[in-house]
Amino acid sequence: MSMLLEVSGVSVSFDGFRAINNLSINFAPAELRAIIGPNGAGKTTFMDIVTGKTKPDSGTVIWGERNISLLGMSESQIARIGIGRKFQKPTVFEEQTVRQNLAMALKNPRGPFAVLMHRKTVANGQRIEEVAEEIGLTASLTRRAGELSHGQKQWLEIGMLLAQEPRLLLVDEPAAGMTVEEREKTTDILKRAAQTRAVVVVEHDMEFVRRLDCKVTVLHEGAVLAEGKLDSVTSNPKVIEVYLGRADA
Amino acid sequence: MNRTFTAQNPSVLWFLAALSLFTITVTLLSEATGVGLISTSFVKVLGKTLCLCLVALAMDVVWGYCGILSLGHFAFFGIGGYAVGMWLMYARTEGIVLESLSGQVIPSTPQEITDAIGNQIFGVVGSSEFPLIWGFADSLFLQLAMVVLIPGLLALVFGWLAFRSRVTGVYLSILTQAMTLALALYLFQNDSGLRGNNGLSGLQNIPGYENTPQSTISIVFFLASALALALGYLFFAWVVSGKMGSVVKGIRDNEARVRFLGYHVESYKLFIFTITAIVAGIAGALYYPQAGIINPGEIAPIASIYLAVWVAIGGRGRLYGAVIGAALVSLLSSWFTGGGAPNINMGFYTVRWTDWWLVLLGFSFVAVTLFFPKGIGGLFDYLVRKPR
Ligand SMILES: Nc1ncnc2c1ncn2[C@@H]1O[C@H](COP(=O)(O)OP(=O)(O)O)[C@@H](O)[C@H]1O
Ligand SMILES: [Mg+2]
Repeated sequence: MSMLLEVSGVSVSFDGFRAINNLSINFAPAELRAIIGPNGAGKTTFMDIVTGKTKPDSGTVIWGERNISLLGMSESQIARIGIGRKFQKPTVFEEQTVRQNLAMALKNPRGPFAVLMHRKTVANGQRIEEVAEEIGLTASLTRRAGELSHGQKQWLEIGMLLAQEPRLLLVDEPAAGMTVEEREKTTDILKRAAQTRAVVVVEHDMEFVRRLDCKVTVLHEGAVLAEGKLDSVTSNPKVIEVYLGRADA
Repeated sequence: MNRTFTAQNPSVLWFLAALSLFTITVTLLSEATGVGLISTSFVKVLGKTLCLCLVALAMDVVWGYCGILSLGHFAFFGIGGYAVGMWLMYARTEGIVLESLSGQVIPSTPQEITDAIGNQIFGVVGSSEFPLIWGFADSLFLQLAMVVLIPGLLALVFGWLAFRSRVTGVYLSILTQAMTLALALYLFQNDSGLRGNNGLSGLQNIPGYENTPQSTISIVFFLASALALALGYLFFAWVVSGKMGSVVKGIRDNEARVRFLGYHVESYKLFIFTITAIVAGIAGALYYPQAGIINPGEIAPIASIYLAVWVAIGGRGRLYGAVIGAALVSLLSSWFTGGGAPNINMGFYTVRWTDWWLVLLGFSFVAVTLFFPKGIGGLFDYLVRKPR
């Protein structure tokens, strides 16, 4: 099977500290993948590299059937090519309504003049309703995003990703600060999303990862430590050492 | 602009109604209609104030909505004034020169006429040559095009360089201050081609209307300023509503998020920076014929800072806030500094408002920033409960 995203031999240093160390990791077009690893393992930095926020010192990041390199592209180009990203801290536009947040994310022309001349259409309205339904915010469409609960903000941000219709979703710690029910709902949303596209979820919480029931990649000191089913990686002695040997895990 | 646009922005209708009422009242009470309750010089003050409101609107869009604290937008205002001032000064001097030469037995050559005009205009800086930049000064149409083109192009080039390098926040503010300072310093030079610190003067005399009384001219400019403000308000209200408004406010609140949604943030900033610069230029072009004179001091860095203070006091991120702030503070400023406010004699010390006005303004600014971050415009939130 040809890969959707191929990251090979990528390294990046911050002031001499190697946050990502010769990392290679691949994702298929429609797969759900969990990335786990202790704090500081480089999970967020990996997403920064894929989305163009951080330029790696070496290595390649290749996208899609036409094997396009993402390294020369800007953040907005990478987003338009089909990679959506949810940040670790929920970042929605708090001053604006849920509907406006979703409308902004909706897959439509992104240039200033197209946006200036943009008119509301029935099709867009339906898309917004669909996404709102999916993330359970139908009743909150006209509320200011700032009034939402923490969990709802996380869902809204996931909804914004869905509205973008990306081929790859990078989701950084979606369950942080969520109640148990909220976590369950979040896994459901992510699993459904992964039926038609690749979804990569970074998470600390093992119970959450277990519910996702997918292939797991363990990152440690900027490189892949182990990969496979959750049960097999958690019984891996190297993984046990990393997790038990560190207080913050 | 359809029904939904005004339905979503009820403040636009309220604003236009209030502006119309104000404009009609002033016109009827002016000397132009013979009533004369409002003096010609005060009509000019009000007309100028409307222009300041227009440039404040531009400032509000670039700062209040898009989050770019430009401290250089008054430079664009000044450029607009200079552009129209060049035609006003050239055409009027040409008229005077032609008249004084008309009695001669031997008709003057075109070169002699040009030299005489140049001598009149540039005598104060010890020159009589027309600098290159006056090449179009004889054409009203081309100079009016300059009002739009020069601020637009300058903003485009400056913004492209700054935004492309992702200069943001206080660094961008400093850069814009440097821009307006550089422009002012350049214009202060005698060989700048724009009469150094003398600037351009006599701009209140409109060529071709020498016999029209100032009472009429002042009302015409007042009405033109009101119209420009109304159109500017509608235009900006349209820009900051709808999806463009969402993106622009999104850039203000979280630039990175907008980028990861696939929007090229730099293009949006450049668009907003440039259209607001153009509107500032138009406001300046209407202001200076009412002021009568423009000199490089007008675009000193402090002028752009005042602009930000007006918008902050009026309430940024709402268009009527900018208008209220600009009108109130600039009118109060001329009242206090123009000797309108009586000095307070406390026996041991006399508070002279010409000296103390800036202190008062500074305190007001600090107080608003600390206690009413939404500015005066924020008071309207208590009047109108927004439907949720
Ligand atoms: N911009 C940066 N500058 C300096 N160090 C950074 C930067 N970004 C991340 N790091 C460092 O790189 C390491 C990996 O960080 P991160 O990717 O955020 O880890 P994780 O998300 O797995 O917890 C950490 O030690 C962090 O301090
Ligand atoms: Mg992280």
